[in-house]
Amino acid sequence: MNVLFRLNNENLGYDGAAVLRGISITVAAGERLALVGESGAGKSTLLSVLQNRYDGNTALIPQDPGLVRSLSVFHNVYMGGLHRHSAAYNLLNLIWPRQREIERIRPIVERLGLGDKLFERAGELSGGQQQRTAICRAILQGGDAVLGDEPVSAADNHQSRIILAALGEAFETIILAMHDVDLALEFSTRIIGIKDGGIALDAPAGELVRSDLDFLYRT
Amino acid sequence: MTAAPTISAPTTPRYSAVVKTSVGFVAVAAVCLAFADISITTLDPWSEMKRMAWGVLTPDFSAVAGLGMVVMQTIAFALSGVALGAVGGFLLSQVFHLGPVRWICASVRAIHELFWALIFMQMLGLSPLTGVLAIAIPYAGICAKVYAETLEEAHLPALRILPRGTGILSAFFFARLPDVWVHIKNYTSYRFECGLRSSAVLGFIGLPTLGFHLETAFSEGSYSEAAALMIIFYLLIATLRYWMRPKLVGIYVLAAPFLLGGGAVIEMSNIVRFLTVDIVPAPLRGAALLDGQTWDNLGHWAGTLLIDQALPGMVATLLLSQIALVATGVLALALFPLISEKFFGPVVRTVGHGFLVIMRSTPEFILAYVFLQLWGPSMLPAIVALSLHNGAIIGHLMGRFSDEVRLRPDSPGGINLYGFEILPRVYGQFLAFLFYRWEVIMRETAILGILGIATLGFFVDSALADIRLDRAMFLIAVMVAVNVAVDSLSRHIRKRLRLDARAREA
Repeated sequence: MNVLFRLNNENLGYDGAAVLRGISITVAAGERLALVGESGAGKSTLLSVLQNRYDGNTALIPQDPGLVRSLSVFHNVYMGGLHRHSAAYNLLNLIWPRQREIERIRPIVERLGLGDKLFERAGELSGGQQQRTAICRAILQGGDAVLGDEPVSAADNHQSRIILAALGEAFETIILAMHDVDLALEFSTRIIGIKDGGIALDAPAGELVRSDLDFLYRT
Repeated sequence: MTAAPTISAPTTPRYSAVVKTSVGFVAVAAVCLAFADISITTLDPWSEMKRMAWGVLTPDFSAVAGLGMVVMQTIAFALSGVALGAVGGFLLSQVFHLGPVRWICASVRAIHELFWALIFMQMLGLSPLTGVLAIAIPYAGICAKVYAETLEEAHLPALRILPRGTGILSAFFFARLPDVWVHIKNYTSYRFECGLRSSAVLGFIGLPTLGFHLETAFSEGSYSEAAALMIIFYLLIATLRYWMRPKLVGIYVLAAPFLLGGGAVIEMSNIVRFLTVDIVPAPLRGAALLDGQTWDNLGHWAGTLLIDQALPGMVATLLLSQIALVATGVLALALFPLISEKFFGPVVRTVGHGFLVIMRSTPEFILAYVFLQLWGPSMLPAIVALSLHNGAIIGHLMGRFSDEVRLRPDSPGGINLYGFEILPRVYGQFLAFLFYRWEVIMRETAILGILGIATLGFFVDSALADIRLDRAMFLIAVMVAVNVAVDSLSRHIRKRLRLDARAREA
């Protein structure tokens, strides 16, 4: 088993204040993980620790979609590939997008319904469109895994399925914080439930039904 | 039955730190006023004023020969200087976190353009380069600071998502620059407007810009010609946004150096002499450095200079700038309702806007020059000029700010509206603007010495005129120290009072 992420009985948090205590988790290549739990439970903390610890390339979809508002959708998606090109080529594309790069990016944004927005400024898009722009960027970036913080929070059910399917094709390993429990069960292979500063549930998605997760949201 | 609980109220009102600070500054200014030299020394200021007013009413455009070229050169100096300063400032902003860079920037911007021009004049003569560098160097210091702060304050979420292995350049141009570009652009175009004023003023010391002709016109008493020149200057600034198009900037900047005109030939020997002989303190020139006597002489030289010139100059500069600061504040508070929708209708507002635009477009140096002609040398012309110019700038910003205030439908009107609703809401912003302007007022106070008011600049100017450049440099160093001290005091007060920092364009 090829292990990508491993935490062993660790306290996680910001500036020394632990949000999560005694966390042990192992994620193998090929797993599709859904992190569920109330907002503020510590899902984002766990995601960013996993992201920072990993040495190879991972794509990140933060909750604040991490866009450059004054650049176009094309440029924001292009940013996922900055590491593959020389600085000169990147600057050339910043000023004058090359046809080759446009052709590379067009199918990704078209699949997520942003085809007609390719050269619009990211700051002028709706929240959902911005979120999908960030997802396109992650898809272009690729890498060993994608870590997403509520990447479908602003999408309807239909769009969510398209987004998750696109991510599933682009990445072998996926870790997503999700608030939609049904979608999490449908999409992922493993569910991790967070409650009261710890992992309260860690089970294969196939063995769970919706009501098994209810206790996570009860106070 | 128990008595209803009461909240015991304090019996005397308590004043906030903001109010105490304001009262403190007013008190200091009042004390300064008692020591300041304020008088009208001209025999008949009224008839001169009448002649000036008549000149304003009868501007004479025909009298100004080669007007087109003058305007062109004024713009060319501003463009070349600001472009060079902005590019230099941008590069410096990238290393602004380094202590020495911050110090150098603070020092170069503490010296006014006019002094830079006087310094370069010693090395380069009256060449175009003197004018360009005089604008470029202090502007680079200012731009470096503002650009660095802009980049630092920017919320840049995209930095988080960059793939590992992204190069520094790519990261900078994609994730950092685009979202702050618009701020940098706006600030730079504001700087260009300042550059036009600087360029015009540089004419007063001999460069071929508007100021040169203005000084000639004034000294000959041809006020109609002077009025024509000022009107051209206002039109230049008022139409700025129509001819300064983003797409044309590149062409303008490339063309500008060719329009600067000729001028004195630059001689290398002058530059070398300036750097190796002229600015070396006189007791050290050719003296034996190991001889104790040499250092005694230097001590005596510095001590005399400090007591005879630097200290009196410093006292006068501080006196004048404290009075001007408070007068600026009072004037701004009195003027801003004139342009506020909350207080006046369109007629008054238009008049108010006109007055404020003229006052803030006129460089304080020119205002001081005019008042000096009217009233003769004392601190009065300087105080009036500084407070009118700066008061108009702050008044304008405050007026705009007060229009953003939302009032309840049944709010009072007139003086009650001003005192109870508007002033308390805008006062913090007002103080932020004013303290931000403090350093600028200080710098301006120093250069008014060139006009004969005994501030630090007066002693620098006299030393330069006597070709005692070592003394001039010593006095300029004192000026820098005073300016940097005021700047850090102002920053300290702004921080302590938690005043908003959105005051940069003040």
